Amino acid sequence: MVYLTRKAEFAASHYYHNPEFTPEQNRAIFGKCNNPNGHGHNYTLEVTVKGAVDPKSGFVVDLKQLKDIMSREVLDAMDHRFLNKEVPEFLHQIPTTENIAIAIWQRLAPKLKAAQLHRVRVYETPDLFVDFYGEAA
Amino acid sequence: MKAHLTRRYLFSASHRLHSNAMPDDWNRETYGKCNNPHGHGHNYRLEVTVSGPVDPKTGMVCNLVDLDGFVRNEILERFGHENLNTLPDFNNDVPTTENLCIRIYEILQRGFRHAHLEKVRMEETMMNSFAYAGGKELRD
Repeated sequence: MVYLTRKAEFAASHYYHNPEFTPEQNRAIFGKCNNPNGHGHNYTLEVTVKGAVDPKSGFVVDLKQLKDIMSREVLDAMDHRFLNKEVPEFLHQIPTTENIAIAIWQRLAPKLKAAQLHRVRVYETPDLFVDFYGEAA
Repeated sequence: MKAHLTRRYLFSASHRLHSNAMPDDWNRETYGKCNNPHGHGHNYRLEVTVSGPVDPKTGMVCNLVDLDGFVRNEILERFGHENLNTLPDFNNDVPTTENLCIRIYEILQRGFRHAHLEKVRMEETMMNSFAYAGGKELRD
């Protein structure tokens, strides 16, 4: 089993708000992130896949294919977007780093054939990141 | 859905690697430059990883305000800009980054209630890092 990690970057804006909470609760829980006009981050995405090395190609996965899948499924949808307003998953779910990592996993997992998705890591800033391993609980 | 959240912090501290239980020449030989009696310092990078179910109401494993507050009050205030050898934490242990890592893990394990502690990782310099997961194997 070999693990391969591919990075990508995207810039997007978001804000944190739960319509079930009162405005005061939203401000208390989410603080500055509750500003409805949004704020932005340069996100770094790390996608790790695992698999056996194909004896013919020497690859775990064709990097070009992985790159294309990441571009199509993630970057086209999220790069330079206001996540709350433009990405279907976040119309009714808060685009926290946790939920972004889960959404990216769910977008990528069905598209990967040869290699298996191992981990999605999303850096919101260099000092804050989330790992999702596809675990339900 | 269960996710892992990692937050990085920075603090500076000094230390001297020296075991009182051992003779001076053993200390000089074992710790080299780190045995300098006047001590020396590092900018420590601390990485705390917690895990848990993502709360559907907040989208969070835990509120960063709680994690940042705990780390600031219990760890950064305690170790930042201190000489580690003078702290009660290191009365009996040499303040290597291994031991510092374990001590910080124990403080979090004892006091932080908002998510499950997975591991503590520390970079002493850009060239060496240490990780402790309460004795468990690391997952990456």
